[in-house]
Amino acid sequence: MHLLKVKGLSKHFGGIRALEDVSFGVKDGAIQSVIGPNGAGKTTLFNCLTGFLRPTKGSIVFREAEITGMPADRISRRGISRTFQNIRLFRDMSVIENVVVAQHPMIRSGLLQAVLRLSGFVREEREVREKAFEYLEFLGIETLAEKSAGSLAYGLQRKIEIARAMATGAPLILLDEPTAGMNPQETEEMMTIIRNLRNIGKTIILIEHDMKVVMGISDRIVVIDHGVKIAEGVAREIRNDPLVIEAYLGKELH
Amino acid sequence: MLLQQIINGLTLGSVYALIALGYTMVYGILELINFAHGEIYMIGAYLGIILLAFFTSVGLTAVSLPLTLLLVVVLAALICSAYGFTVEKLAYKPLRNASRLSPLISAIGVSIFLQNYVMLTQGATDKVFPSLFGSGGFRFLSTRVSYLQAAIIVVSGVMMVSLQAFVMKTKTGKAMRAVAQDKTMASLLGINVDKVISITFVVGSGLASVAGVMVAAYYGLVNYFIGYIAGIKAFTAAVLGGIGSIPGAMFGGILLGLVESLGASYISSEYKDAYAFVVLIGILLVRPGGLFGKAPEEKI
Amino acid sequence: MRPIGGKAERFTKPLIASAWFSLLFLPFRGPEAAGVLFVVLAVSIPLLGAVSDRVKKTGPLRQGLENIGLKSRRFAPLLFAPLLVVPLAAGNYWIDVAVLAGIYIILALGLNVVVGYAGLLNLGFAAFYAIGAYSYALLNTMLGLGFWTALPLAVGITTLAGLLLAFPALRLRGDYLAIVTLGFGEIVRLVLNNWDSLTKGPNGISGIDAPTFFGASLASLPAYYYLVLFFVVVTVFVMRRVVTSKIGRAWIAIREDEIASSAMGISTMRYKLYACAFGAFWAGIAGCLFAAKMRFVSPESFTFMESVMMLCMVIIGGAGSVAGVILGALLLVFLPELLREAQLYRMLAVGCGLVFIMVFRPQGLFGRKNASPES
Ligand SMILES: Nc1ncnc2c1ncn2[C@@H]1O[C@H](COP(=O)(O)OP(=O)(O)O)[C@@H](O)[C@H]1O
Ligand SMILES: [Mg+2]
Repeated sequence: MHLLKVKGLSKHFGGIRALEDVSFGVKDGAIQSVIGPNGAGKTTLFNCLTGFLRPTKGSIVFREAEITGMPADRISRRGISRTFQNIRLFRDMSVIENVVVAQHPMIRSGLLQAVLRLSGFVREEREVREKAFEYLEFLGIETLAEKSAGSLAYGLQRKIEIARAMATGAPLILLDEPTAGMNPQETEEMMTIIRNLRNIGKTIILIEHDMKVVMGISDRIVVIDHGVKIAEGVAREIRNDPLVIEAYLGKELH
Repeated sequence: MLLQQIINGLTLGSVYALIALGYTMVYGILELINFAHGEIYMIGAYLGIILLAFFTSVGLTAVSLPLTLLLVVVLAALICSAYGFTVEKLAYKPLRNASRLSPLISAIGVSIFLQNYVMLTQGATDKVFPSLFGSGGFRFLSTRVSYLQAAIIVVSGVMMVSLQAFVMKTKTGKAMRAVAQDKTMASLLGINVDKVISITFVVGSGLASVAGVMVAAYYGLVNYFIGYIAGIKAFTAAVLGGIGSIPGAMFGGILLGLVESLGASYISSEYKDAYAFVVLIGILLVRPGGLFGKAPEEKI
Repeated sequence: MRPIGGKAERFTKPLIASAWFSLLFLPFRGPEAAGVLFVVLAVSIPLLGAVSDRVKKTGPLRQGLENIGLKSRRFAPLLFAPLLVVPLAAGNYWIDVAVLAGIYIILALGLNVVVGYAGLLNLGFAAFYAIGAYSYALLNTMLGLGFWTALPLAVGITTLAGLLLAFPALRLRGDYLAIVTLGFGEIVRLVLNNWDSLTKGPNGISGIDAPTFFGASLASLPAYYYLVLFFVVVTVFVMRRVVTSKIGRAWIAIREDEIASSAMGISTMRYKLYACAFGAFWAGIAGCLFAAKMRFVSPESFTFMESVMMLCMVIIGGAGSVAGVILGALLLVFLPELLREAQLYRMLAVGCGLVFIMVFRPQGLFGRKNASPES
């Protein structure tokens, strides 16, 4: 079954056609990669899927419901969560607070419960913290819980972003270049994390430049060049696709 | 009547525009609402009176009035520039890397300080600018324009055009634009960012002082709190045009002067000070980035 | 200005600086006064340099307190006890100042929600203070409503005003929002000043009733002190609980990164509206307390300078820290009073003080470089 279906998606910025008539589907529980040269329109695709940009044309259907043009916060509450290419943590908050904030929509207690500190409020706050800690453990960064998020190394910040994306409870997680700037060992670790995400039932869309990662973990791959989808298939098909080879001429695939 | 109000509005507007330029330039580079800028304008107005009195006492005014006036304006501009330079070095420069609000509070502190400094040294009562120009004027179309009004409009116009030329054509001007766009990039390109910021304050303060001297002559009276309301209006003008944009500040200033002058005579003079804000709020609701500015958009 | 480099420079630098300041001063007071200033500065600048080096080296106030074993939680009741006996120990003058300080604490805490937590710069907060005060004044003098009936109504009106301004204003970003709030503040003041038939214009509204408590009048200064103290305690209590709940976390998240916040499912517009309304709510309470204390309101009490002072209280103490903001409010109310002897020079000193605190402690007295979402 398709968790997400993208049909004829286009996004134009003035004269720039960042996306043009892109269609694909993502199966529940899959790791789906999106690849393409720099400026191909991959991040723009994510921005459209998560409601940060309103598509010029086309439709996005998530869990059988049309979500095209919905605002970002509603899409997030519906179950699509993401990380950012240029990490966007709440830098001055502690690591665990970052993950607690991400559980915001799940907390029921409002103003009154907070002021009166009713037992429901206290229990909820405790649960949210415990869950946040579990997410940190999943990523192996629980020891950093009380550190200030902005003070940590790049690779760790990327992990916090993933913990945060998980914490929203979304079944679909979009990762925008999670291994950018990482050394081979960290990259290896990130691949394990992505696989583990899938193993606990998450569906992943992954933008990735490192072909070893892409070919190693993707169930399916979509290739975008100049805003247009030029190929789609499993790793073996993509590797031998003449259009893809041309788009990447002189790059990793060669 | 209408034409008369338009001339009055243009005069007032030119002054707002000159002050607004200082706000917009500083904002463009530091993203700081330089609250003390209105005070620099007020100091300019006082210097106009002080220097004129000094030159009169040494007998220069009797020799040549135009020469004296020129000297007054130039000296006032120099001293105000020195004030602007000093304020930046003491109160803003140490806060280059602090959160946005800290320099704003520092600017408010400078503003309070300078107001009280002038009140203590010059007294709390109005200061009078001697009426040197009589009531001379000329007819323009069907209305009378005083020489002073004409001078204010012309001088402001010339200064605005020169500033635009300075920013667009000279090397320093280009450096200013580069710093406004991206400080890190500019310093990588070998531009001395601190120096550019200093120059911005010096130029902005100079323009404000000219406005101050002209207003002192126009209204004949100054007080230590004139900088505050003029400052607010000028900043509004800068935002109206799109803050950071030099033509925007000029246009915003003149628009504001016209709105105020026409509103005061055709609607109600009691709400004179409110028109500026009503127009501002109206325009921002339609164009959230001001008339000439672009609404800031963050790339994700 | 700090002496670095060689010995010679250590002497010439202060001299050059002194000469420069004296020269700037020259036109305003003549050569003699400038000469005196030069001597004074030449002596004091090196001293100042030494002091500033010391100040820069000390840690945040909060840490200082923790170092001597006063954790804020245990600290609060300790602070509270002496507050109860103030009216017994102090003269009327100081009780009066304390009442004013209490009102400003409520105001500053309200503004802190908007500026410190949600990160929305508001330069016209006095408008809500004015709306609260005038609402109470009018409800009381025209409809004859008592304090406890008028208070919820007046606060409701103020909160609504906060929402109504926020709806259009929140489409704007950063300093555009700031200038629109400034404009709103001025417009409210001008309307109060000119709508003679309702507000009596610049003459203001007099004859406002003092609150009563089960029939007993709270008009006496000590009684009023306890009333204000009660409201301050309520404010602090509610504030601390709200800012540590999901609402406070959402505000901080929005301040830090709006885009990331909406990716976390936070409706940023909604929480900004909450912040504006919640801030205005407290300003409404402060306004009622002010009107009922003075028994008189006029537009003069709600100028732009008033908004600026509230903002200074928030930033000086440390935006986003409840304890810091209380400290900032106390400082800005009591400092000018302590300087009363030097009447003429006190605003000069206040201006200098603001610059000094910002230069040496940009994050505020209580703020930390990395403010975390605790109260
Ligand atoms: N907000 C925007 N405004 C204008 N142009 C944009 C915007 N976002 C992206 N673009 C343009 O769209 C194209 C695709 O960008 P992007 O999606 O970031 O590429 P990728 O992530 O594949 O490297 C680029 O030409 C980029 O300049
Ligand atoms: Mg990208």
